[in-house]
Amino acid sequence: MTLATEQIPDSQIVHREVVKAGDPWMYVVKAGQKFRIVDLEGNQAVDTLFYNANDTEERYSATDTIKGQGNIYLTTGSVLRSNLNNPMLTITEDTCGRHDTLGGACSAESNTVRYSIDKRHMHSCRDSFLTALSKWDYGMTKRDLSSNINFFMNVPVSPEGHLDFDDGISAPGRYVEMTAHMDTLVLVSNCPQLNNPCNGYNPTPVEMVIWEE
Amino acid sequence: MSDQNSIIWSEQLPGGAHWSGVMRRGTTLRIKDVEGGANVSALMYNIEVPSERYNMPDTLKGQKTAFLTTPNVCYSDMGRVLCSIVEDTCGWHDTIGGISDAAMVKEKYGEADYQKVHNDYYKNGYDSLINELEKWGLDAKDLVPNVNFFSKIRVELDGAMTYVVGNSKAGDYVDLRFEMDCIVVLATAQHPLDPSSEYAPKPIQLTAMKAEPVQSDDACLRHKKENERAFYNTAIYYGEKPYDFSN
Repeated sequence: MTLATEQIPDSQIVHREVVKAGDPWMYVVKAGQKFRIVDLEGNQAVDTLFYNANDTEERYSATDTIKGQGNIYLTTGSVLRSNLNNPMLTITEDTCGRHDTLGGACSAESNTVRYSIDKRHMHSCRDSFLTALSKWDYGMTKRDLSSNINFFMNVPVSPEGHLDFDDGISAPGRYVEMTAHMDTLVLVSNCPQLNNPCNGYNPTPVEMVIWEE
Repeated sequence: MSDQNSIIWSEQLPGGAHWSGVMRRGTTLRIKDVEGGANVSALMYNIEVPSERYNMPDTLKGQKTAFLTTPNVCYSDMGRVLCSIVEDTCGWHDTIGGISDAAMVKEKYGEADYQKVHNDYYKNGYDSLINELEKWGLDAKDLVPNVNFFSKIRVELDGAMTYVVGNSKAGDYVDLRFEMDCIVVLATAQHPLDPSSEYAPKPIQLTAMKAEPVQSDDACLRHKKENERAFYNTAIYYGEKPYDFSN
């Protein structure tokens, strides 16, 4: 299997869409389908939440996922688990190397804490998530926003317990691909953060590809 | 700060217990590991608007740490301080390891149900916290990544997670000074990454005390510029003048 270098045949593509920098995106990936996120221009954090599309109270759990694999970083082979400890998706391809799930999503409020009070008015991932939740009618609210995955984001932790956002390790065209084990509602914020290196200080578009063999 | 006059109440919890209650702004909750090796899975919610709750990522990235000790504070998802860790004899509290569930406990420790062993039946973190959340109208949606007081997870450079045995000794305690009126839910089930094959959750002591007023040179408030801004957000939420950080 060397899909990393192969084009996906058009006939197998279910949906393909470029998500602009700073935009939200929501889509249902069916069980068995593959979901690829392409970092088109490099070092673009893609803040992502997953829900069981048939019962959104079941959702991605960062802690169940990392304790299940005994490692805080996500890459090929990582099983993305729900709060009920069910496998939701498995990462089957990863040309970036590793992805974060401890760094959370930026919000207007956390921006006031991390940078300065007047940063409240900058665009943030939580604003994108809330916009998406109100636009698509799943009856979900802020309570449904738990800890997310940050694809293509680099948050190293040291054995002494230091944690910080570091320069990205992604590059133009790198991608991560998952295979869904259940019908999965995907909620994405293509991160608009300008105050730290998570987007290389220059948020850029990403491409979503859902396909099936 | 723990003289007899300041104590409001004190209760002992057995291992495998679950508990919830309200801690008011200006009071301190001391959690004591009675025998050593305890684990206390805990979450905090703003009692006025419970969708405001402990946020692990914001807490960690705001203070550039992967664990909690004094003078760290616990941030809410709204940029405010739920509580400050004002004293800590243990030195490391986990907030990335999560909780156990029924299937994990059954696989690790076997089965012991109520009918067989009455109140010694095997407890797990998930069901215990859900039990307490439901009492406040909260549910699984509110069960976000929690704090595991007294437990230590070491993360290697390659990301591997190791449970460090013996992190907490008998008598170790941590003092949480509440900066907001909070619903606190907690469970004393074993840590999910505790490698012991023996079901042996440990007892704890909870003691609530009146806290001294927070001064502008407070170690938790001054720990990071981020903390100063989170205290600012907290003060104005309560309609109080924020601290003066000019000196």
